[in-house]
Amino acid sequence: MDQIDYDSLGLMVGIEIHQQLDTKHKLFCYCPTSHRDVEESNFEFFRYLRLKRSEMGEEDRAAKEEVERSKKFIYKFYDTTCLVEADEEPPREINKEALKIAIQIAKMLNMEFVDEVHVMRKIVIDGSNTTGFQRTALVAFDGDLDGVGIATLCVEEEACRKIEDRGDYVVYSLDRLGIPLVEIGTYPDIKSPKQAKEVAAKLGMILRSTGKVKRGLGTIRQDVNISIKDGARVEIKGVQTLEILDKIVEYEVIRQVNLLKIKDELKKRRALVINEIFDVTSLFKDTKSKILKNKTVKAILLRGFGGLVGKEIQPNRRLGTEFADIAKMFGLGGIFHTDELPAYGITEREVKALKEFVDASEDDAVIIAAGDALRVERALQRIIERAKFCLVGVPEETRKANEDGTTSYLRPLPGAARMYPETDVPPVLLTKELLDVEIPELIVDRAKRYEKLLPKDLAYVIADSEYYKLFEEFADKIQPTVVARVIHSIPAELRKEGFNIEVLDEDKLRMTLEMIEKGEIAKEGAEEVLKIICKNPNANKEEILNVIGKVSNVDDFIQNLVNQKEDLIRERKEHAFKPLMGLVMKEFRGKVDGKIIAEKLKKAIEEKIKGE
Amino acid sequence: MDLIGKRVRIEAKGRQFEGIVMPSPTKTFVLKLDNGYNVGFKDYKLLEVIEEEMIPPSLPPLMHKEGLPNVKIISTGGTIASKVDYRTGAVTSQFTAEEIAAEVPELMEVCNVDAMLLYNILSENMKPKQWIELANEIYKSIKDGYEGIIITHGTDTMAYTSSAVSFMLSTPVPIAFVGAQRSSDRPSSDAAMNLVCAAKTVTSDLGEVVVVMHGSTSDNYCYIHRAVKVRKNHTSRRDAFQSVNCKPIGKVDYFGSIEWISDRVRRNERELKLMDKLEEKVVLIKFFPGLKPDILDYYFDKGYRGFVLEGTGLGHVSTDWLDTIRRISNESLIVMTSQCLWGRVCDRVYDTGRYLLEAGVVEGEDMLPEVALIKVMWLLANYELEEAKKLVKVNLVGEINPTSDYDRCLF
Ligand SMILES: [Zn+2]
Repeated sequence: MDQIDYDSLGLMVGIEIHQQLDTKHKLFCYCPTSHRDVEESNFEFFRYLRLKRSEMGEEDRAAKEEVERSKKFIYKFYDTTCLVEADEEPPREINKEALKIAIQIAKMLNMEFVDEVHVMRKIVIDGSNTTGFQRTALVAFDGDLDGVGIATLCVEEEACRKIEDRGDYVVYSLDRLGIPLVEIGTYPDIKSPKQAKEVAAKLGMILRSTGKVKRGLGTIRQDVNISIKDGARVEIKGVQTLEILDKIVEYEVIRQVNLLKIKDELKKRRALVINEIFDVTSLFKDTKSKILKNKTVKAILLRGFGGLVGKEIQPNRRLGTEFADIAKMFGLGGIFHTDELPAYGITEREVKALKEFVDASEDDAVIIAAGDALRVERALQRIIERAKFCLVGVPEETRKANEDGTTSYLRPLPGAARMYPETDVPPVLLTKELLDVEIPELIVDRAKRYEKLLPKDLAYVIADSEYYKLFEEFADKIQPTVVARVIHSIPAELRKEGFNIEVLDEDKLRMTLEMIEKGEIAKEGAEEVLKIICKNPNANKEEILNVIGKVSNVDDFIQNLVNQKEDLIRERKEHAFKPLMGLVMKEFRGKVDGKIIAEKLKKAIEEKIKGE
Repeated sequence: MDLIGKRVRIEAKGRQFEGIVMPSPTKTFVLKLDNGYNVGFKDYKLLEVIEEEMIPPSLPPLMHKEGLPNVKIISTGGTIASKVDYRTGAVTSQFTAEEIAAEVPELMEVCNVDAMLLYNILSENMKPKQWIELANEIYKSIKDGYEGIIITHGTDTMAYTSSAVSFMLSTPVPIAFVGAQRSSDRPSSDAAMNLVCAAKTVTSDLGEVVVVMHGSTSDNYCYIHRAVKVRKNHTSRRDAFQSVNCKPIGKVDYFGSIEWISDRVRRNERELKLMDKLEEKVVLIKFFPGLKPDILDYYFDKGYRGFVLEGTGLGHVSTDWLDTIRRISNESLIVMTSQCLWGRVCDRVYDTGRYLLEAGVVEGEDMLPEVALIKVMWLLANYELEEAKKLVKVNLVGEINPTSDYDRCLF
């Protein structure tokens, strides 16, 4: 479907980027912003969250639905988390380091600042915040990026990491909770999937140019707002890689177009959603289906939906999948619908009995769900509402990005009234001193400078590297391509070979570069040095040199060799070089520069011949 | 014109903003934008005040269920009943049964609730006057036939108030004090669970004054603490309340029933009786190295005749104090407690202790200093001095444990 005419569909896209900041401390406490393994957790506790009337006295639709699912939340605590993350102590003042980075980014996006920053509580009761809200503060507004308006820039706290979702309880890890984030939202000025990807890429580049953002999977997330004419605004959460951003937009357009087609078809058929939940447990009491066996089974009837529930609306996703998403939200495994039955151990006879029971004809669709009676009831109630909306069009909702670019239903779109002031944190006046931060050089500009020293592609990679400062430091002392190899290419190769290159931090890379600079190792020795460090991160310089063999050893080795092979040299003169070179290289390959060895060996052979 | 709570359009930073004017903790003009955020502007121009129709939220009327016990909830303020009107920034003082039912619907499965807002004051602003009024209000409610009383209270001084009620009011029905360490406007508030557990407590076979609060950091159970044995031992944690020198009375499962842990006074075991006088001229003095006995003179000269000392270790103050204590002890009740909190005062081990006893100090056994203070306030108001000196060492409502358990009872 690559000939979609996005203009005529009236596509409008806005993106919202969440980027973790690489600060020393979290946003509202003095804990480090480091990632932990769940196995390292030393304590766990659990809580429930309940809905409170939000600031304006209206109940928030999204928040309400989540609490209806009444989940238990288990939190993993570490020796790097404190009572603030556990919601057992009031937050400290907002982290000024994070605020300054946010100010820097806002300046790079030509944004205007508020005079006083107020921290808000944004209600989020999926348990990902122990408090039931996310602390967030609007810092700047109205910027511009290549003609796309930047609406707002906020500083906020990162939520917990979800470890597992068992339906009736969810396990969260507290290590991530409270890491500072910047949230940057564009206006819906983006008109095509390609442009969405480009804008997101550029925003990412600007963020990394500060040198103060975290890197790696999960440290940056994109949310996308998409709407088309006659469709609806849909918010897609948690796009983890830029690579699929264009696909996400394209697939959402396809989904909305297909939902609109289904609407038209349903209207033509005069379809009707029956407002009743049938208990059909007895029909399946002897069933072979493991999913239905010994569970409460209930059904709903969608008149005129026959064949449409199984219709594909995104690659490998049918209308029925949308219903199944809802069931999953209520802690069920999913649903079955008659468009796909008999299957999954459900027999033709059972399907017939089911259709008879609810009085369904060939044109109708029946949906069944199984599990805990109350959950089934609530989920089906919600699916009835969703099915009714098929006759209206595309529902406004929040969806979750899947890895293949498709999306799953998450919750209704949040209302506006989800925030109230965080009274425990004092407002911060944006003083001249706070606003006085320098704008860093953009990675693209840095890359231009590096192009004089490196091939173009490599210049960009090094400019975008978190160790670009090492390149600047050593590029006039050692061959620039060698510096690039040490800080980028070799680690990348070692990662592929399965080495743990996490330990190759700035200090280790600098040590390696200094060894080359001082001639303690040949530039070919760098790979070996980095391998040794990967295997033994605590090794010091002396230990490394001992392992690798010092360059001066080459001279001794060559001298011994030449003495041993006197006969050969006498016999073959200069032609003895080739076999002898093989022997030296066998010993020093990868440790000492081959050219240096060749020179030394040639010289030693010549002297031997002369000495005759 | 007071703009707070009004929708306005302003100009600031070269563009227009629309939103609702918020109360400001600083001098900055704070606007709540339609995206939910509050932002502060120093320079702005008011363009328009937009009239908005306000629809007051309506709550369904509350129906009493046949067969459920009737419980009275009396609010004295504090985080469990705090409600902010975010439109105006004002703290509202409604505390109706309908509102409680809307906030904590599961309460209505345990009991029928009537509610009254007695005070809306911060717990640190509570005074003996309020303790007395509260005791009278509870007395009236029990006379009216309520089968259990719940008092919502700020946690800071909850133990003082509950102790005062313990001494003043002999009760045939359970009286549970309950509060919240996270304010009730938050989704993570402990208020609802504490309230549900308190409701289970006051509808049980119990006949004394207790404190019901979170037993751990999880939302799993509350402990029922005897009011005269409990202390707030942490500034912010949910499980800040601990029974000191004894086990809690019981453990209430959030979704289950009560497990009784130690001896308790049963329902209707005691008769309803109120002795609501308190002597306010009683002082609690924490001794520290170097503190001069002048402080005793100061209070004595002001007419104070009740002194609770929070001494070191087994119950000591400097021997420098002996003369002063000797001089005032004939006319005063001087009780020794320990800043160790855990353990019993024993002034017969070291010379200093023996001298203190000779000088007229009475050992406060294993009473908490704050509880001893309230007890002395009550004794001096209701008994002659000599009688009070005898009674202070007698266990009246569970404030003194005759035997000390081995385990530290860190519940
Ligand atoms: Zn912390």
